[in-house]
Amino acid sequence: MLQLYNASLRSRLLLGTARYPSPAVLTQAVRAAGAEVVTVSLRRESAGERAGQGFWALIRELGVLVLPNTAGCHSVKEAVTTAHMAREVFGTCWIKLEVIGEDDTLQPDVFGLTEAARILCAEGFEVFPYTTEDLVVADRLLSAGCGVLMPWAAPIGSGRGLNNLFGLTALRAHFPGVPLIIDAGLGVPSHAAHALELGFDAVLVNTAVAQARDPVQMAAAFAQAVEAGLAARLAGPIEPRDFAVPSTPVIGTAFHG
Amino acid sequence: MRILVNGAWRETAGAELAAVLLELGYGEKVVATAVNGEFVAAGLRTGTTLAEGDRLEVLSPMQGG
Repeated sequence: MLQLYNASLRSRLLLGTARYPSPAVLTQAVRAAGAEVVTVSLRRESAGERAGQGFWALIRELGVLVLPNTAGCHSVKEAVTTAHMAREVFGTCWIKLEVIGEDDTLQPDVFGLTEAARILCAEGFEVFPYTTEDLVVADRLLSAGCGVLMPWAAPIGSGRGLNNLFGLTALRAHFPGVPLIIDAGLGVPSHAAHALELGFDAVLVNTAVAQARDPVQMAAAFAQAVEAGLAARLAGPIEPRDFAVPSTPVIGTAFHG
Repeated sequence: MRILVNGAWRETAGAELAAVLLELGYGEKVVATAVNGEFVAAGLRTGTTLAEGDRLEVLSPMQGG
């Protein structure tokens, strides 16, 4: 089971809810993914619009846990205020904390992130910080009170997979007891399988599913990939080697000796 | 009174936040509010008075990643 704060989850696949072709496809994708946690957000909406209310009704019908984000926030103040607003609207103390520092890569501002995490953890939020693979930042976030870390694989929506394999492997090795969820940048199910094989606890995927030609089928494919990756991790993968090792026994080979 | 609602200037008759939300048509909607960058909890909207030029944010649930 995956333990995220007080929640015990069977699924290792968290799903974002943005950029699907329709609400119906989103619903089917969440079911096909077997996701137990979906991410949501808050946006400005005029009084006449109904999209936000319809979306929230749809999510509640799915019966999954919601993880609100602070996407689009560029300062500690914005992120903290957005977290307060999300807690009231969504009725959860979970917050996926994003403080964006750079617009081309949507790279987290790790200085603002750690400060916002400290404030929100002290206020009783259960913070899921969107961070990089930096070990020192990870340590600061844990000291601030975070019980989960969400390192990026690659820039949000880029689909590039595990960009810094060495850094991510080091992060996993340094914090063996901390739930680590790969967030952002995965493109295909093999990326997700790889993350689980490396020992990451779960992955969060949005664009790779939502923008696929068939999002529902892709959601199912990611679900299979995380299952396979976890099973492989538990089974104990072999170490890579530089030279061939015959898999067929050589003793008794004909025509030799 | 003129206030900035979600980045657009609006003219309102009332000054109390709860009344302003009703006036603007947000009455039945699930929203969260902030005034001048500070969160105002739903329970405090009655009793929170807006002033000319205040910035009001009214946010609704939305898809997110």
